[in-house]
Amino acid sequence: MTTNSPSKVHVTTTINGQQHELLVPGYMSLLDTLRELIGLTGTKEGCLDGNCGACTVSVDGRIVDSCLVLGAEVNGKNVDTVEGMATPEGLHPLQQAFLEEAALQCGICTPGFLVAAKGLLDNEPSPTEGRIRHWLAGNLCRCTGYDKIVRAVQKVID
Amino acid sequence: MVATFEPKTDYKVVGTRPIRHDGYDKVTGRAIYGGDMKLPGLIWGVMVRSPHAHANIKSIDTSAAAAMEGVFAVITGADMPKAPSKLVDLGEGNINFKWASNKLMADDKVLYRGHPVAAIAATDRYVAEEAARKVVVEYEVLESVTNVVDALKPDAPIILPDMVGDDLGEDVTNTNMAAHVRHEFGDVEGAFASASHTIEREYNMQMVHQGYIEPHNATATWDEEDRIKIWTSTQGAFPARTQIAGILQVDVSRVKVTPTEIGGGFGGKIPVYLEPIAALLAKKSQRPVKMVMERTAVFETTGPTPGARMVIKLGADANGKLTVATSDIWFEAGANPGAFIGPAAMCIYAPYEIANTRIDGWDVLVNKPKVAPYRAPGSPQVAFAMESAVDELCEEAGWDSFKFRVDNASKEGTRRGDGVLFSKIGMQEVLEAVKECDHWNAPLGDAPEGKVRGRGIANGYWFNIGLKSSANLAVNTDGTVQLTEGSTDIGGSRTSMAMHVAEVLGIGAHDVRPTVGDTESVGYTDVTGGSRTTYATGYACWLAANNLVDVLKDRVAVLWDIKPDDVDFNDGAFTSKAEAAKSIGFKELAGKLDDLGGPATSTGTVDLESAGDGFGTHIADIEIDLATGKSDIIRYTALQDVGTAIHPAYVEGQLQGGAVQGIGWALNEEYYMQDDGKMANSSFLDYRMPTTLDLPFIDTVLVEVPNPLHPYGVRGVGETPICPPVAAIANAIKDAIGTRLYNTPMNAGSILEALK
Repeated sequence: MTTNSPSKVHVTTTINGQQHELLVPGYMSLLDTLRELIGLTGTKEGCLDGNCGACTVSVDGRIVDSCLVLGAEVNGKNVDTVEGMATPEGLHPLQQAFLEEAALQCGICTPGFLVAAKGLLDNEPSPTEGRIRHWLAGNLCRCTGYDKIVRAVQKVID
Repeated sequence: MVATFEPKTDYKVVGTRPIRHDGYDKVTGRAIYGGDMKLPGLIWGVMVRSPHAHANIKSIDTSAAAAMEGVFAVITGADMPKAPSKLVDLGEGNINFKWASNKLMADDKVLYRGHPVAAIAATDRYVAEEAARKVVVEYEVLESVTNVVDALKPDAPIILPDMVGDDLGEDVTNTNMAAHVRHEFGDVEGAFASASHTIEREYNMQMVHQGYIEPHNATATWDEEDRIKIWTSTQGAFPARTQIAGILQVDVSRVKVTPTEIGGGFGGKIPVYLEPIAALLAKKSQRPVKMVMERTAVFETTGPTPGARMVIKLGADANGKLTVATSDIWFEAGANPGAFIGPAAMCIYAPYEIANTRIDGWDVLVNKPKVAPYRAPGSPQVAFAMESAVDELCEEAGWDSFKFRVDNASKEGTRRGDGVLFSKIGMQEVLEAVKECDHWNAPLGDAPEGKVRGRGIANGYWFNIGLKSSANLAVNTDGTVQLTEGSTDIGGSRTSMAMHVAEVLGIGAHDVRPTVGDTESVGYTDVTGGSRTTYATGYACWLAANNLVDVLKDRVAVLWDIKPDDVDFNDGAFTSKAEAAKSIGFKELAGKLDDLGGPATSTGTVDLESAGDGFGTHIADIEIDLATGKSDIIRYTALQDVGTAIHPAYVEGQLQGGAVQGIGWALNEEYYMQDDGKMANSSFLDYRMPTTLDLPFIDTVLVEVPNPLHPYGVRGVGETPICPPVAAIANAIKDAIGTRLYNTPMNAGSILEALK
């Protein structure tokens, strides 16, 4: 890896509905592209090897660990992050449920969980508890024991 | 003189579940954690780390790295200020700044894998990492030791040659034994001689990590006036300041620490790791420097809680009375002294009344990261030994182990293993709650074909701490109140603090706007740790609110032209003692303050010696696949005396989170060490923490025995929940397969081995 090389990739991408035109260093992860180039720090870094899910974002409707995707790869794609979940009308029902059910303690995993849970409910409106637990198993939380997170997702279904 | 309080029940705010004040920022991604810090001209710092667990540094050549374009500063051990070897009180434990400094940046010897040997600041992380690879270090690799047995052998390599060990008050040199403590009460030998049932067992636990999802981080500036500013994810801005100033050898007033939002700590974010290094890089580069630790380094160089070897012996009389207990425990300290043998001694026998006890504890250096507190440090280890041994004693004597726990439960006046006598505690009440609870009375149910089920129960204890806290209040003219308090908020504590204030003032929880202050905006406050925050900082908030009422009474006296002593305050309204009809509400008064003397402010500070002890009991149902050894927790209930739950949802959350960390510790988590001192599983893939898929819902029972030491009866709740799970699961596994496991983790492999 030659980090001083000028090779940057021209990327046109839609992030939370807004088009961005960027020059992304070829080695830069989507996570750092969001956090460092665009300033969207809601997507969190936990491990940089795809095992904690704190950096979960949606690319063309599919959830991914943004630390394992290059910024250059999202050319022409739609990226959705936690910052895009609320609207001027208010919070997304999952965000509201996380607050009401006390589903976060430190909150560092929360953006990843919210984006992942939205990815589930967008495709499966009524998942079982087992399905929710299976789907969210790629997101680590060390504070809550997951109890209130699963309940918050269930609350949105009910 | 310690103030005591009568329990109350008629609360308006306490016991409700308002949405946390910082919640909106945290579900929308707006909250600023340490890693999110941005400053104009910010550059990145990275560490160069040792690939060896134990080695002499022969030479370091940083010239190629320093010459790289985009590199602004390179430092090594030679750039570290030389701190004297002296113990300094850090509130919760002591610190020796020489070792604390050496832990962050090696001098001439590396003591654990990942030990920093140099640091680099460059335009961005990628450039800094590339420069780090250009640093050439020549090592003379030494033999390493990674467990307490090897470390105490006569020919063991000595990790800190200048350390003088303390063996029951005697100095010892040329040793890895940092300390040996003993507590002994009663007639241990006589009690064993007259006991009708005795057992002696050995239990071993591997080192585990706190596993917070947010890596350590620090952002620093160092200006021309030698003023150092630090932004960091810390469990305590003030104790962080003490450490940073001590390691950098500057006065504390030179250092301003601003605590950012923090992504989990569990004790592991009490020590500083990056902050002084970021500051030195900032000084050398004359730029703001940010560092974020890579996950491998989080495992290899921060946090863990001690692995342990424990030998325990219990004796009981023919009537099932536990008459005697002795234990010998060896804890891994890591590469600097400081394993938690003191707390272990305080906790081991706490759930029981035992007339004759002895505990010997050894603090032992090994070539692993220096341990840090992890949720009730030392207690889960000894609870695993004690609660397993209690079940084994009962099995051997043919007694019901739950009845045994009830019959021997500690109570007010019981002497703890280190000699302290308990004040009002709730162990008996928790066990009564077990009898009533649904889980304990429900059948285990039939296991599916090829599987077996078992149920286990275990107690746990943490003493909780008080210490120093500060809070400031200021009334806004719209009837709201600004609260600035010194405890960093890791799990919703800001809201609990606001609720303390709101309850006193008779206003809503959301009429109080809480802020976590930096070290220049609020008085000294100890760490968010020791289960002290809601107890001690809540107490300070309560005091500040009462002091504010006094300030406001003066204003009401001006308004009505009466004496302040003639003003009463109840349920959010000020009244005149002379004229019952005269009344003004808090909010209305707030609107008039500009004409009554201007801003109304108050402070509250506490320094609390004791805190009120925390007891809990957990019930675990496990299902084990006989073909693979895989286990599933199928039902779990955590019961605990929580004093008074200020915000019950966050109290439940503490119980659930602690229980699940304990479940991970019991079943999967460990530092898997290679012979050369390398941790083989330093990623979240291989260090297997519980996921949603591994768990059921975690039921909680909040037993409320109000703590007389706190105005609302609060007891610390955060740490006790991690103490019972390992033993509860060990007891459940024994119940399921008929064989007892003596070592953690009790993973599928070891269960399968036990099934053979």
